[in-house]
Amino acid sequence: MTGFVLRRIGQMAIALFGVSIVVFALIHFVPGDPVRIALGTRFDPEIYATLRERAGLNEPILIQYWNWLFAAIRGDLGVSFRSGQPVTAIVLQRLPATITLAGAALAIALLVSLPLGILSALRSGSRLDYVATTASQIGVSVPDFWAGIMYILLFSLTLSWLPPSGYSPFSQDPLGWLSHLLLPAMTVGLISGSILFRFVRSAVLEALNQDYVRTARAKGLSQLAVVRDHVLPNAWIPIVTVVGLQLGFLLGGVVVVELIFAWPGLGRLALLAVEDRDFTVLQGTVLYIAFIFLIINLLVDIIYGWLDPRIRYD
Amino acid sequence: MTDRASQRTLDAGEPPVEHRSRLRTTFETVRRNRLAVIGGVVLTALAVVALFADAIAPYTINEVDVANRLAPPSTTYPFGTDELGRDVFSRVIIASRVSLRVGFIAVGLALVIGVPIGLIAGYFGRTIDSILMRAMDVLFSFPAILLAIAILAALGSGITNAMLAIGIVYTPIFARITRGSVLSVRESVFVTAARSLGATDARIIRTHILPNVLAPIIVQASLSLAFAILAEAALSFLGLGVQPPAPAWGRMLNEAQGFLASAPWMAIFPGVAILLTVMAFNFLGDGLRDALDPQQRSVIESRGITA
Repeated sequence: MTGFVLRRIGQMAIALFGVSIVVFALIHFVPGDPVRIALGTRFDPEIYATLRERAGLNEPILIQYWNWLFAAIRGDLGVSFRSGQPVTAIVLQRLPATITLAGAALAIALLVSLPLGILSALRSGSRLDYVATTASQIGVSVPDFWAGIMYILLFSLTLSWLPPSGYSPFSQDPLGWLSHLLLPAMTVGLISGSILFRFVRSAVLEALNQDYVRTARAKGLSQLAVVRDHVLPNAWIPIVTVVGLQLGFLLGGVVVVELIFAWPGLGRLALLAVEDRDFTVLQGTVLYIAFIFLIINLLVDIIYGWLDPRIRYD
Repeated sequence: MTDRASQRTLDAGEPPVEHRSRLRTTFETVRRNRLAVIGGVVLTALAVVALFADAIAPYTINEVDVANRLAPPSTTYPFGTDELGRDVFSRVIIASRVSLRVGFIAVGLALVIGVPIGLIAGYFGRTIDSILMRAMDVLFSFPAILLAIAILAALGSGITNAMLAIGIVYTPIFARITRGSVLSVRESVFVTAARSLGATDARIIRTHILPNVLAPIIVQASLSLAFAILAEAALSFLGLGVQPPAPAWGRMLNEAQGFLASAPWMAIFPGVAILLTVMAFNFLGDGLRDALDPQQRSVIESRGITA
């Protein structure tokens, strides 16, 4: 097991190295001078020279990468072309909001998909199964940003139940925090839940068709005992994998949804950085999100191996 | 039945040759799948609408009727009008063209780059496999939409760059699926036989490997079209894709946000258009998968990984 974990960490380090090259290259694909573009009409030769110097853009490209990489490992991602503040501080300040949103969305996705997926599989062909499967078909095809707009139209503008956008910190206003969180979390969570639902349903159906389930039924176990002791333990493994992959999907999903609901997280930060041509902030945001993404994948693999003792670590 | 028959031919050491009957069985299986038929019908209708958009649309995209700005749906304007008094119905219809075009070109690009990478990695193995697949892993390390946004931020907005960005983002999934299938075919008796007859690697890949790995690739292409159209809509929504005054569903939704209370129809209809298109591609992809590649659960996995 230890060897497997170490090897996976090694693979992740290689992927992270590749990610760093892509993120670094980002700024060099900008046609023209990124600093000049970022400053735009606020051009000032002195600021321009300082920013270029701070970003290390005057060095040969390999040296630039080397310096950038080692600074990044120490947590220094340069300064924003716009505000002059350190990128790492800006990113870390936005991180909790994104984690909150992704966590809430995942909770909604699991609350919807697990019970419905198991029930649908147990009563496959029933009306419940039909309705849930149809709803999930819509869920996997709906654009997240449009779902968000429709929720605002329904819950905020028509019913006036929830605020259309914004954020209040939990410490000051817990209720306001929750009411602002609900719509964006639902937007991402229900789509993710639809994808999970399909997976849970098919994993449970597959387990239900196994011989050991027939045996368990033949020896007279109750439906509850069959499901609890024989079906679910075997359906878990594929479900955990997909939940892990969904976390990655959630990170992507929150990007656009944050913008619609004016949620002060990393996704909105990335989009504002694109709009402002603030390339260092964009680099930092993308790097952090990819890093989180890789760590999640690593954890999923480890949990996967721990759940299924049949997986061999060689 | 046919499946088992072709399996036997495989075991006997010959590549399966009954292409025509396989095509027909596939068609029959897809046709029996109700959802796949619905998907196919919707897509055919959509293709007709896109081809004859100019003839079908009652107005042109920039025809303004200032007196009827933000007018609700009526017989004159079936989907209402927008803030400039343009007909939403006509714009939705004409925008179908750009969505389909971006989707097809982006997925085509991902196919053209991803499939050869998968073929080479799977067939040759060893170092070249490691290098190519680690490179693909790097692209897989970003949430797809974020990578597309980052690429567009660097290259600049616009429809051509959007196609390129979406194509790059979806390349690794084709490489992975192709490679996986190649690995399962590579050791087949007919490949060994072809090699012992002196066939070159290029010939073996082209005539023996490729035809036998096409099924999962076709399924993935159909499902990827769904996600490419979603991605294009998202990018245009963010202002990074199609540029005004050309209509695009995502862009129309962006403009609709400011008029949500006074003109909700501006936001409802373009979204329904995206939903129906994406759903049709998903239905068709699911039907194709059941017919061609029953072991795969691609719709869930592909969106799970890449969306």
